[in-house]
Amino acid sequence: MKAYSLFKKDWHSELRTRYAINALAMFILVTISVILFSIGNEKISEYLTGGLLWVVIFFSAMSGLSRAFVSEEERGTTLTLQLLASPSTIFTGKFLFNLVLVFLMNIAITILYSALFESFVIRSLDLFLIAFVLGNFGIAVSSTIIAAIISKASSKGTLYPVLSFPILLPLILTLLELTKFAIDGDALADSWVEIAVLVCYDVIMLTASYLLFDFIWKD
Amino acid sequence: MNSYNLSLNNVTKIFGRRLVFKKISFEMNSGNIYGVSGNNGSGKSTLAKIIAGVISTSSGKIEHMIGEKKIIPEELHDHLGFVSPYLFLYDEFNAEENLYHFAKIRGINPDNERIERLFELFNLADRKKDLLKGYSSGMKQRMKFIFALQHSPRLLIFDEPTSNLDNKGKAAVYQLIEEESKDNLVIVASNEDSDLELCTSVIDVEQYKKK
Repeated sequence: MKAYSLFKKDWHSELRTRYAINALAMFILVTISVILFSIGNEKISEYLTGGLLWVVIFFSAMSGLSRAFVSEEERGTTLTLQLLASPSTIFTGKFLFNLVLVFLMNIAITILYSALFESFVIRSLDLFLIAFVLGNFGIAVSSTIIAAIISKASSKGTLYPVLSFPILLPLILTLLELTKFAIDGDALADSWVEIAVLVCYDVIMLTASYLLFDFIWKD
Repeated sequence: MNSYNLSLNNVTKIFGRRLVFKKISFEMNSGNIYGVSGNNGSGKSTLAKIIAGVISTSSGKIEHMIGEKKIIPEELHDHLGFVSPYLFLYDEFNAEENLYHFAKIRGINPDNERIERLFELFNLADRKKDLLKGYSSGMKQRMKFIFALQHSPRLLIFDEPTSNLDNKGKAAVYQLIEEESKDNLVIVASNEDSDLELCTSVIDVEQYKKK
């Protein structure tokens, strides 16, 4: 409940300041426009559109999700949060905020993408939805803990994508594979290994994040 | 009401290769006002943060007790009120919204009667609907006291409590410190003589700097 209250505070704050929402919306629009302009009238393969979807998602996440902790550090309110709740409550609240933001962002990207790219056709919708949900969860948990780490650094902007790349790489590679299967129309039963990898990734990242956060949060 | 006791046992803090202070041992009990003094950069704020559980010690132990019950670090924030110049509230919210969110994150319902009294005491009642970004530095400092006292904490740590305050504000703070110290433990970290005059006992951080 305390974590949900922190989420509500962050959401209320986001609606007032629009730190993350504006950055994400602009990034999504600009990236998709650049891809559209660079393709022109060329017909690109279905697999390539599937790959580009996760490239857009990865870089959009890089542009907005660090705000969860960076904005607190920049405004000097980190100490205020430390005085209000335990580290696990803070992490859960921030994770919830990033989770909602990732889902909203990725739903918007996928809808835009489906409308603008003819060759992006998903034949196995159930498989894509499972990959989408597990992938979003993984992106949210990873980006939250990375944001907590980089918020203490002086060069936050450059450090975030650099640190995110190796951590998110196994997740993105698995998602690319599953998207390819979903485009091919493969059955869910044929993709259980990749789905298991996603579940393991999410569980490991979540557990490691809760264990690590105490040390990151206390100077 | 159970007494609040705090014991510092050989508390040492080192940042990198710089020794901030070494082996501070002290017992503090509710009903008293304790001071932490020292020059600028001597480590007063560091000690205040360590007592508040915000930063860890390099070595040594701190124990918070209410009566016979030991307070675990994860629950310390429920019993703690903290004011300092490096504490910031949310500028995009007004005073009431700030306090509402803080109460909810603490897991309590806002005590509106207490909050109203605090607004009156700190002369902010007519500005409580204004966003904090429109507040002067003195008003923000007074707002920090309301934040610190909102949940009736047993341990109050005031780091430079009168910075940015006018004479009226200072008088209100001194009156509040006297009142709160009757049942609670109050620690004042400052190098202002007028702040330290209130204290029953003072720790001089400068004395704990020798290697």
